[in-house]
Amino acid sequence: MDNILSIVTFIPAIAAGILALFLHGDDAAAQRNAKWIALLATTVTFLVSIGIYTGFDPSNPGFQMVEEGEWLMGLKYKMGVDGISVLFVLLTTFIMPLTILASWNVTDRVKEYMVAFLLLETLMLGVFMALDLVLFYLFFEAGLIPMFLIIGIWGGKDRVYASFKFFLYTFLGSVLMLVAMVAMYADAGTTDIEALMTHQFSSESFSVLGIYVVGGMQTLMFLAFFASFAVKMPMWPVHTWLPDAHVQAPTAGSVVLAAILLKMGGYGFLRFSLPMFPVGSAVMTDLVLWMSAIAVVYTSLVALVQEDMKKLIAYSSVAHMGFVTMGIFAANQQGIDGAIFQMLSHGFISAALFLCVGVIYDRMHTRDIEAYGGLVIRMPAYALVFMLFTMANVGLPGTSGFIGEFLTLMGAFQVNTWVTAVAATGVIFSAGYALWLYRRVVFGDLIKESLKAMTDMSSRERLIFAPLIVMTILLGVYPSLVTDVIGQSTAALISNYDTALAAAEAATQTAASH
Amino acid sequence: METTILFAPLVGALLCGFGWRFIGEKAAMWTATGLLFLACLLSWIVFFTFDGVTQQIEIMRWIESGSLSTSWAIRLDRLTAIMLIVVTTVSALVHLYSFGYMDHDPQWREGESYKPRFFAYLSFFTFAMLMLVTADNLVQMFFGWEGVGVASYLLIGFYYRKPSANAAAMKAFIVNRVGDFGFALGIFAIFFLTDSINFSDIFASAPALAEEKLHFLWGEWTAIEVICVLLFIGAMGKSAQLVLHTWLPDAMEGPTPVSALIHAATMVTAGVFLVCRMSPLMEFAPGATGFITFLGASTAFFAATVGLVQTDIKRVIAYSTCSQLGYMFVAAGVGMYSAAMFHLFTHAFFKALLFLGAGSVIHAMHHEQEMTEYGGLRKKIPYTFWAMMIGTLAITGVGIPLTTFGFAGFLSKDAIIESAYAGGTGYAFWMLVIAAMFTSFYSWRLIFLTFFGEPRGDKNTHDHAHESPMTMLVPLGVLSLGAVFAGMIWYGNFFGHADKVGKFYGIPVAEASEHAEAGDHAAADASHGEDSHADESHADDSHADDAAHGEKDAHAGDHHYVFAGEPGEGALYMAPDNHVLDDAHAAPKWVKVSPFVAMLLGFVVAYWFYIVNTTLPARLAANQRPLYLFLLNKWYFDEVYDAIFVKPTVALGRFLWKRGDGNTIDGFLNGVAMGVVPFFTRLAGKAQTGYIFTYAFWMVLGIAALVTWMSIGGGAH
Repeated sequence: MDNILSIVTFIPAIAAGILALFLHGDDAAAQRNAKWIALLATTVTFLVSIGIYTGFDPSNPGFQMVEEGEWLMGLKYKMGVDGISVLFVLLTTFIMPLTILASWNVTDRVKEYMVAFLLLETLMLGVFMALDLVLFYLFFEAGLIPMFLIIGIWGGKDRVYASFKFFLYTFLGSVLMLVAMVAMYADAGTTDIEALMTHQFSSESFSVLGIYVVGGMQTLMFLAFFASFAVKMPMWPVHTWLPDAHVQAPTAGSVVLAAILLKMGGYGFLRFSLPMFPVGSAVMTDLVLWMSAIAVVYTSLVALVQEDMKKLIAYSSVAHMGFVTMGIFAANQQGIDGAIFQMLSHGFISAALFLCVGVIYDRMHTRDIEAYGGLVIRMPAYALVFMLFTMANVGLPGTSGFIGEFLTLMGAFQVNTWVTAVAATGVIFSAGYALWLYRRVVFGDLIKESLKAMTDMSSRERLIFAPLIVMTILLGVYPSLVTDVIGQSTAALISNYDTALAAAEAATQTAASH
Repeated sequence: METTILFAPLVGALLCGFGWRFIGEKAAMWTATGLLFLACLLSWIVFFTFDGVTQQIEIMRWIESGSLSTSWAIRLDRLTAIMLIVVTTVSALVHLYSFGYMDHDPQWREGESYKPRFFAYLSFFTFAMLMLVTADNLVQMFFGWEGVGVASYLLIGFYYRKPSANAAAMKAFIVNRVGDFGFALGIFAIFFLTDSINFSDIFASAPALAEEKLHFLWGEWTAIEVICVLLFIGAMGKSAQLVLHTWLPDAMEGPTPVSALIHAATMVTAGVFLVCRMSPLMEFAPGATGFITFLGASTAFFAATVGLVQTDIKRVIAYSTCSQLGYMFVAAGVGMYSAAMFHLFTHAFFKALLFLGAGSVIHAMHHEQEMTEYGGLRKKIPYTFWAMMIGTLAITGVGIPLTTFGFAGFLSKDAIIESAYAGGTGYAFWMLVIAAMFTSFYSWRLIFLTFFGEPRGDKNTHDHAHESPMTMLVPLGVLSLGAVFAGMIWYGNFFGHADKVGKFYGIPVAEASEHAEAGDHAAADASHGEDSHADESHADDSHADDAAHGEKDAHAGDHHYVFAGEPGEGALYMAPDNHVLDDAHAAPKWVKVSPFVAMLLGFVVAYWFYIVNTTLPARLAANQRPLYLFLLNKWYFDEVYDAIFVKPTVALGRFLWKRGDGNTIDGFLNGVAMGVVPFFTRLAGKAQTGYIFTYAFWMVLGIAALVTWMSIGGGAH
């Protein structure tokens, strides 16, 4: 299959089209069909995407399975994967069938719901595979819309506020990125990402409006992209849209948001910021490292005092993303390997945690921690699953959560011991908020009348968790599954980054000596 | 065989935890126990057949990233072999004991199945602990390190209905995480400097690390000192040393077999094991080891003082554990790692014995733990009484002074006290002697309050007090054997002459004609930059003149050996200028007798207080009320921590949430940059889904327009 990437990307979109065009009515049968079609489409997408994994050559750090073609208005269509992106593609196709299964009890506008999720999958896959600037931007921005709809239509009580907040934060961030993209095209004369990665943007310092900009164009472009990716991550202090969005989103929406959408920021840093603007990145490294360390501590502390389960997990997500940005900007092998690993691992763990909330939300229709207690007595299997993912969330060795945190911290230590020490306190705080949550919800005696009829997880629910459990432990015990795939590409990224910096350094010195 | 030892408990845990629904509770529990006994048997075989040559057994790749390469692998040397028998023996016995102890636990309701879960946790703990002690690299050790932490968390909180148990479990995990924070930073520093986390590589680069500088936080430090202090912070958490000790007494919320296995014999000694494992680094870090000695001695003293006044039988033993761990750290701190391991080894037997004995008392007394409710139980539970007596004789250090004939604790504790003296720190020496006196006092107090005098408390409970079943008495018997003989049998290996110790650990030894010559040699060997050891050995030479000269000459008549070899050769490393072993042997007689005198003093006072004049303790407590309350409230550590750490943290979290996220960030972004959000929200206030679709449609158009403009606009260039 020469165009396997396009096939994988567009299977969900085609299924969405079929649903939208050919499925009529809103009776039980139509609803069931919509669900089954969506499940089938996402599962097929996953199965086909395994071909991408098996066909991928880990020893080749460049782009593979590249497809190129002309598109409308002189734009180019170009897709490809390298070690950095390929596993995100897999993560997306892996998570989507689970989200459909988790939505089995949706009764409101089922067809539209499934269409939104299927379209979302196509757009997210496109983001990770696009090798053309315009194509990337299109996927990146369009992906907002289905998510906006998912929160805005199938969300909770304050869904409108949350959906607009989500949309505007992320959209306004992207506007700056768009400006930078136009400038990049103007400078390099191409929108091809592969070509842009080898293009050297000017890093000569200059003054704008009386402000002396070290690193010149590169720094400005870096900042423009940063505005978009930092919101997407989300990094402190532009993270406040996330808790609101999570709280209002339906369970499956939260899962996609946490597991995949948040990864686009980190992916963006690795695909654009570091390779294309090395000097700009280097200039801003200290700032980003400190923002990351602050994010870890700040959001962990905030998570400690939450009374809403989803908000707590949302804040914990921000803290975990802090490790990611820290690892990326440590710009060494352990840091970047760790950052990618952390993103993938967080994809499984946070998805599972939001699903854990979903399980009891479906029964009790409240996310208030206060409303629970002693669930272990009625729901032993649930207690076990929740415990496993709580421990994975606090980074217990043997789970995937450990590897990412450990590697990013190890990478950061080589660059800045202060940042590492501050961020490492996150391992203490995370134990605090996660175990405190678990204790209040699961442990204790079951005294609340309303909880006495709780039933343990159904087979459907167990089926959703099983793959997540397997992945979390498998990656924790045998992380080479990931690091073997990403290793060459990160090594190439780092060596290019270091070379570019050295070259820029040499250029500055030559300029100074003249 | 080593792999079987390692994984048998894991298999047991999984079969028992998940399989009991299929094979039944009893079968599941026996499976876990049987596999543990198998591991135990194999461990003893390994211990006796081990030839002293370090082996590495690779199992699987683990974390690989750039130059970082970690495997799942077993390092088998003498340290591992010792820990293997300690862990598997105590664990197997505790499994067996739990059949009796956990039967009909009143915490559970009719029809609730808790026993397989308990056994699964115990087996899982054992697996994690074995991972810790067999690790071939720091990261795998960290895996075991945190794994035992989780097992401990689950077992402390085993009675999950009890709020106090849940609180204690969380406290244990979080306080341990503070230690792990240091441990992790230590690993990062080691990797940063040596580019490896494998023990062999680290040990080989130890001399280089002693020369290197590391910029860490605000200053430039000698790399090896930073590393050793960071690793020791991990050890402080796990081994409940002062400042990070607060979780251990609370951990007594767990069932008693757990306290015996995890919080007395094995997990809490992991910190001591870590320091001994890292002896090649520690030997080059005089500052860090000085700190270890100081903190260990202080903990030994502090915990002993608190133990004096506690009335909960398990808490007394918990503080006693804390105190004994301090002893071990002093030994490791002064460079006598072998003595630390000796005490770790004997302590495992007699402390597990004391805890299981206490469990037997508690079992007999219907889960009453207050010693004020006991009294006169000697006749009711005679076997338990004798087991506890043996444990007490061992922990207080009863033996014949100046010989190697005595209970296990006599030999190992005296070895430490002599090492502390020889190591040249008067503070540590005196703290340990005073702590020995307190140890004797509270241990005998426990015996007198429990087994002697008149029955106090609920009469009905006393009437129904009964001896425990065989499953509980057999482990007591086996551990009693260990508590009596372990010291005498292995004294030579752990604390005998250098050649015997060296052979035991696989450390090369070199013949030295005279002690003084070796001292000069060390002084000349300035590469370690540390002359203090040599100075001490000279100072001790002058001691030797008046006190132990005769003894020394006797040695000189034989062949005399000193440790040689490079860091990483053998299970322990003792620098050529480390003469603590010889100096300890040559310590003056009054030093060697002092722990015995302290033990007698403690016994006499306890006898006077609790047998002769039983009203005295209450009057003394009333007289010295502030001091009494200070001790009773454990020096107020919990209260202080609550005030300076816990409350401010929560308050800060609340402040950041409401003021930081709420007012500042959202206020700023919503108000200035994004005044549009409330505008849109108002517009769509009715939340008509139709509106949403309209907006979405406009967004699509907007994006399409932007892209078009961009491609056309861009094309114009």
